[in-house]
Amino acid sequence: MSVVSLVPYEDALASYDPVMGLEVHVELGTKTKMFCGCSTELGAEPNTQTCPTCLGLPGSLPVVNAIGVESAIKIGLALNCEIAEWCRFARKNYFYPDMPKNFQTSQYDEPIAFNGYLDVQLEDGETFRVEIERAHMEEDTGKSSHVGGATGRIHGATHSLLDYNRAGIPLIEIVTKPIEGAGARAPEVAKAYVAELRELIKALGVSEARMDKGQMRCDVNLSLRPNGTEKFGTRSETKNVNSLRSVERAARFEIQRHAAVLSDGGSIVQETRHFHEDNGTTTSGRIKDNAEDYRYFPEPDLVPIAPSREWVEELRAALPELPRVRRARLQAEWGLSDKDMQSVLNAGAVEPIQETIAAGAPADQARKWWMGELARRANETGTDLAEQPITPAQVARVCALVAEGKLNDKLARQVIEAVLAGEGEPDAVVEQRGLAVVSDDSALGAAVDQAIAENEAVAAKIRDGKVAAVGALVGAVMKATRGQADAARVKDLILEKLGVQA
Amino acid sequence: MTDLIRYTAAETASAIAAGEVSAAEVAQAHLDRIDAVDKKVNAFLHVDTEGALKAARAVDEKRAKGEKLGPLAGVPLALKDVFTTEGVPTTCGSKILEGWIPPYDATLTSRLKDAGVVILGKTNMDEFAMGSSTENSAYGPTGNPWDLTRIPGGSGGGSAAALAAFEAPLAIGTDTGGSIRQPGAVTGTVGVKPTYGTVSRYGLVAFSSSLDQGGPCARTVLDAALLHEAIAGYDPLDSTSIDAPVPAVVEAAKLRDVRGMRIGVVKEFAGEGYQAGVMQRFNESVELLRELGAEVVEVSCPSFTLALPAYYLIAPSEASSNLARFDAMRYGLRVGDDGTRSAEEVTALTREAGFGDEVKRRIILGTYALSSGYYDAYYGSAQKVRTLISRDFDAAFAGVDVLISPTTPTTAFPIGERADDPMAMYLADLCTIPSNLAGNAAMSLPCGLAPEDDLPVGLQIIAPAMADDRLYRVGGAVEAALNDKWGHTLLEEAPAL
Repeated sequence: MSVVSLVPYEDALASYDPVMGLEVHVELGTKTKMFCGCSTELGAEPNTQTCPTCLGLPGSLPVVNAIGVESAIKIGLALNCEIAEWCRFARKNYFYPDMPKNFQTSQYDEPIAFNGYLDVQLEDGETFRVEIERAHMEEDTGKSSHVGGATGRIHGATHSLLDYNRAGIPLIEIVTKPIEGAGARAPEVAKAYVAELRELIKALGVSEARMDKGQMRCDVNLSLRPNGTEKFGTRSETKNVNSLRSVERAARFEIQRHAAVLSDGGSIVQETRHFHEDNGTTTSGRIKDNAEDYRYFPEPDLVPIAPSREWVEELRAALPELPRVRRARLQAEWGLSDKDMQSVLNAGAVEPIQETIAAGAPADQARKWWMGELARRANETGTDLAEQPITPAQVARVCALVAEGKLNDKLARQVIEAVLAGEGEPDAVVEQRGLAVVSDDSALGAAVDQAIAENEAVAAKIRDGKVAAVGALVGAVMKATRGQADAARVKDLILEKLGVQA
Repeated sequence: MTDLIRYTAAETASAIAAGEVSAAEVAQAHLDRIDAVDKKVNAFLHVDTEGALKAARAVDEKRAKGEKLGPLAGVPLALKDVFTTEGVPTTCGSKILEGWIPPYDATLTSRLKDAGVVILGKTNMDEFAMGSSTENSAYGPTGNPWDLTRIPGGSGGGSAAALAAFEAPLAIGTDTGGSIRQPGAVTGTVGVKPTYGTVSRYGLVAFSSSLDQGGPCARTVLDAALLHEAIAGYDPLDSTSIDAPVPAVVEAAKLRDVRGMRIGVVKEFAGEGYQAGVMQRFNESVELLRELGAEVVEVSCPSFTLALPAYYLIAPSEASSNLARFDAMRYGLRVGDDGTRSAEEVTALTREAGFGDEVKRRIILGTYALSSGYYDAYYGSAQKVRTLISRDFDAAFAGVDVLISPTTPTTAFPIGERADDPMAMYLADLCTIPSNLAGNAAMSLPCGLAPEDDLPVGLQIIAPAMADDRLYRVGGAVEAALNDKWGHTLLEEAPAL
């Protein structure tokens, strides 16, 4: 592998303006494949979910999956696209061993959805509009495993194994228009776009959109042009970038690599590139000169699709609340400032908080725990907030115990920690650890007396009217009771004993 | 017993139903005939003796149990080797599919089985149905039973020859540019291209998806109608299948009355290149129809002259894509896989060895026509011609019930005569191609022997889409009148093999 030189990111941006195009493939969560009745379940034994059609056997024919079309229209509508009144499938012709027919049934100049946009929110809360060129339907290919080589790639492999279980799984390809004007924030925009798209796909219920399972894959096309110029530079196409973080890193790396080549007087080769998760770099794939010709033509084995306007409007009316709208609603319901809401978003805390509230907790309490104790822990362990070993229901129960006065803040924290440590449900932890708040006057009386006796000077100040000094005595009582006392009650008792009105 | 092979399908079915003969005897008689003559004719690529006898015995058992038999139960049939048959080889006349045993039945195959039809075997054809003479088969040419040194037409030469050689009373063909009708014409048999979308293409190995249509081949119009009814009908596995009732073709075949019908003679299908004897028999048929009480008028379809070039862009374009799947990865031939070569090299070597010249010619032609920069000029223009041809048909059918023409400009030519001249070969489909481009229905039936060579001449009848019954009404009437005139069927004049 030749050494790739990079220029520092800031330097790259000082001279060049990045233009991006993002192509996202989403595997739909339909029960059956796009053109046959085979199961789409992941993880089956290789080549057990195949039939004459998805194996491309001679004589076999495709039949369009109606749910696939419906899902495509929903995605198109959610992306503010126009929905074609009439469109067709087309054959994209090229040879590859994992493609059974040696053409992919896709859409070419007649996509089902086109001309839309998606507003995405950046980490500082700013909104960036990404224009959508099109969303079209197609089928996935099979999967090749290259055996015998060091890298799992085809180079150096002794042979390859083909699994056609994936062949024919419905895909929606969503293509942006060139994303201009993002400047230094281009990588962040790329990440935010893919994140927003993923939320949207999940909200529509058309796919789980798990990037780690390949259900959503992103190609990052990127070019640089000298600042102040209009004409796009030559692009590279970084294929199958499979996590949000990688999308950002791939864009960033390519900006630095392009800038190095260009400022060295070189030119960018139009090619596909592979992104490497381990070191955040990309390497050269296949050269894409313009001679590549897919010989598209309308698929003669399928009839055109003409979604009626009534159906499209029905689907539009039935769209679920979209992530952006939902976030705005939750922000209002929770009474958060833009900045606080953005922190919640950045921490990935929307769902946990929402679910905790749904389980009965007040909004401020739910947010306090997830954004405080739990967010810190997630951060420390480098894990997702939603993956912490505590459920929203358990957090809600802790909140309830606090509200009932059975736990104070300090005790609640201990309960949360115990749940995270696997000690069981909050109530069980309270019971086992004996963490209940002590508010019984007779039990507290001795501790209060002792605190007054040991802190005569403070007690005198309070008697003289410096009520604010009561905190020191409360603290002493709390210490003596190892935090289990009801602090409010302790304060009342102290003032009572010292004959002072609160 | 030799009589059994000369029965029509209708006669065979009623004899079996009446218990006059068993289906097994009928099957055996045909298998014996194949054994006796097919070395000379080469109509069959594969004879499924065991499967045929088993199917025949099943019909006999059904009858013995008193179950009702369908109108074609026990009737033997020769199936063009382009339809998949579970467990029985399907080669499409190509080396590239040698040894492939399909794991599934075509819809048409299952319909035949369900009807109790006894499939004798798979018939020879031009490789992937590309040709008009069956000379492009990788397994040797088929002889025309009227003169074994001549071609039986193509691509379905095997099916037509099997009928004319009395190896089967019924056969199945596919018609992409005339591959049912032209072989029917040159062998003195009946062939019908049903309306596109009425016979399922599921399991029909595609040549040109938007043109391919399976259809019946028989020795009589009524037999063709019976077979037509057995194979036609909506199939959810074929997206281009039409969800509508099949026209009542059997009823129409029995009507034998064309009084009051308006019949158009296509002006463009005459003149240079048309053999005198072919035109003579055609003109006599026109007169005959007048005598039978039809009104015959001349009709002009000017776009039909563009049909041949449009066809030779559309069909190869689709073929270049349809045949891409033959890559040695999953089935069929694999050449050069010695452990040192890449998948791409093995694919290239396999396609080089597995495809014949005509198939390669069309793949190259189609690949070129679809290439970016050429697409609009070639594929795009051809699709526009297709629209013009449909409009010509619409205009014509506004004034007439059916159109007629010779099926093919000449009688059967000698094997080898046009083998090195693709353009001359392509002209054989001049009159048949417009119906494929428009997707309507057409039939060829024998209308006599050309005086100069004593070889069969075909009369083509064309009806609007979904009016297939009109073919049978006209065809049935012409056939009955001609048989009356001759005192026998045309095939009885064929020389003994």
